Amino acid sequence: MTDVLIKVGFLAIAALNGAVIFTIMDVKGASWMQRRPGPLHVGLRGFIFPLAEILKFVQKEDIIPTEVDRPVFKWAPAYVMVSCVALFAVVPLSPTLVVADLELGVFFALAISSLGTIGVLTAGWSSANKYSLMGGLRAAGQLIAYELPLILAVVGVVIQAETMSLVGIVEKQIEWGVPFVVGGQIVGFLIFMVAATAEMMRVPFDMPIGESELTMGFMTEYSGIRFLIFYISEYMNMFILCAIASTLFLGGYHVPLLPTEWVNFYGPVVLITKTAILGFILVAVRWSQPRFREDQLQNLAWKILIPASLINILVTAIMKVGF
Amino acid sequence: MINALDPQNMNNFSEASVSVEIETEDMTLNIGPQHPSTHGVLRLVAKVDGEKVHDVKPVLGYMHRGYEKLAEVRTYPQITTLVNRIDWVAGFSNEIPFIAGAERLMEIEVPERAKHIRLILTEMARISSHFVFNGAYALEVGALTPIFYAMEDRERVLDLIESVTGGRFHPNFNRIGGVKPAAGAGPTSKKNIQDLPAGFYRDTKVAMEKVIEAADQFQNLIGGNEVFKKRTKNVGVLTAETAEAYGVSGPILRASGVKSDLRTQTDYLPYDQFDYDIPVGENGDCYDRWDVRVKEMVESAKIVLQAIDSMPSGPLQAKVPKVIKVPKGRTYVRAENPKGEMGYYIISDGGLGPYRLKVRTASFSNVSILPIMLEGALLPDLIAIMGSLDFVLGDVDR
Repeated sequence: MTDVLIKVGFLAIAALNGAVIFTIMDVKGASWMQRRPGPLHVGLRGFIFPLAEILKFVQKEDIIPTEVDRPVFKWAPAYVMVSCVALFAVVPLSPTLVVADLELGVFFALAISSLGTIGVLTAGWSSANKYSLMGGLRAAGQLIAYELPLILAVVGVVIQAETMSLVGIVEKQIEWGVPFVVGGQIVGFLIFMVAATAEMMRVPFDMPIGESELTMGFMTEYSGIRFLIFYISEYMNMFILCAIASTLFLGGYHVPLLPTEWVNFYGPVVLITKTAILGFILVAVRWSQPRFREDQLQNLAWKILIPASLINILVTAIMKVGF
Repeated sequence: MINALDPQNMNNFSEASVSVEIETEDMTLNIGPQHPSTHGVLRLVAKVDGEKVHDVKPVLGYMHRGYEKLAEVRTYPQITTLVNRIDWVAGFSNEIPFIAGAERLMEIEVPERAKHIRLILTEMARISSHFVFNGAYALEVGALTPIFYAMEDRERVLDLIESVTGGRFHPNFNRIGGVKPAAGAGPTSKKNIQDLPAGFYRDTKVAMEKVIEAADQFQNLIGGNEVFKKRTKNVGVLTAETAEAYGVSGPILRASGVKSDLRTQTDYLPYDQFDYDIPVGENGDCYDRWDVRVKEMVESAKIVLQAIDSMPSGPLQAKVPKVIKVPKGRTYVRAENPKGEMGYYIISDGGLGPYRLKVRTASFSNVSILPIMLEGALLPDLIAIMGSLDFVLGDVDR
């Protein structure tokens, strides 16, 4: 029992910390690119700015419009957040520092990551707002378009590693001496990152939010703490998908040439560093790109990414069998 | 009794089976008056089928302030305060045609120096208006960063306008027969009229070079962006014939390939003394409308730089009577504003104020094209097209 409690506590803390790290990174990246004095200079070099933002949301009134479907409306943010937190369970910080090393770790991660979209869809539906509804439907359309390339990109890694356990995948990369992104999965990695960006609904694929079109998409009617939960889940999702990407493709908690017997000490640092590098790329993209249109996103997914990932699987399989 | 298997009846049978259709109803979506992309309080009632838009109806009037009626009970010098609130993004440009109309009725010859100062400030207002458009348009297609750069660069131009006139948005600087002595200038005497603040030429040169630099930056960072091109090229194509039929003017008309610019066609300000290009688009799509405005910023900066080099000396004010009474008559003066053609039809009965003032604003005519351009567009394109028209609600409703 204590064991479970410790693990749950670890999950909650890790998830929140990941979200905080990425929030600060996003705000800092934005202010650096946009020359915003607030998050850049004010108050401890701008580091208390995210704290002020969170406090602002906490003290705001939690408005629930009269027409909404109350229970669904109230629970939708929690649904989104739970799916993000649950994802943290399978990511290994080191061979032993992992909440649950599942045999089907990859499968679990992909399955749980798409659950959040149901929360988004229910939020959009229950808000009794046309803009929210369109945002929710866009999110659903995006899910269908992007879940396939995401899974197909991972299949290449699974073929190469001959296991679906995330620890097993990292161990295979240590055995190989190079991470999979160098060892033949570069296409898979790129597809995974593009699909993951769409999955976490960030620019240039943030159509479900699309603040200039749909005011705030599925979040339009939310305020106060419930909005904050959506907001934090977005960063949690971003953190965890980057962590999964670095586990699958970038060698996870290990760096070549470092002694494997010390992996429990440097493992978490290495993984978080890799995650942060991927996160920085996402931040840079977010603040420098406009938004795609919904049909352009579907075209990209069905006409480019899915064929490319199928070819990737084929090539990987031939290499695996042939050599 | 029809035998379905009889070859004679097969045809009818198959026809009957395909004619079943699912009936769906279009959703009415109210875009605005409170919406982040409607530049104020424009309301569009759109029928949408999923993401597709049919039948858009713009609803105007949420910002009607009755300026035309108010002008009837004001004197001519007081009206400049009203009119520079019509298109508040380029406040200075609104004063010029009105003042020029009053001067034409009174047959006053404005000194060259005053005309030059008016011209410089008008072009600065154009630059600042186009900066706002650039930032806001990028925001509308989903890029969040450019608006910060645009606003920062615009501030440099607004600072210059402020240093001369004392106001950033609402200069109220023109007087009938000339311009007001500048805010930064010392006490005015008949011998020593300091019209422009110290260091104005130097600061303007620096700022205009920065504007050219910024326009270049916009061309690279926004215009060269693949996603931006995908969102704007071949979206919202407006043909020259339709544009002219609806009275569309300004950069939108020029983007459709019509080389029409009132700066060269009329003489309300001495534009003929300067050397500049009129940028014209080819396809009349959103990208061209954006592109024309960015190029116009560079041309305006060039005009300002030339005007500073060739600034004539002389008085700021022509001789005008102490109490301004405009003789009986009527006139229409039109000018090329940042948003398009602006005109004032002044009817004077010889009193202190106009008997009737009709304001023709660019945005009003430009908005009238929306139902045609938005027919069959996707919802994200609706925002992109609406943004590319660059209207200001004060300019639409007056």
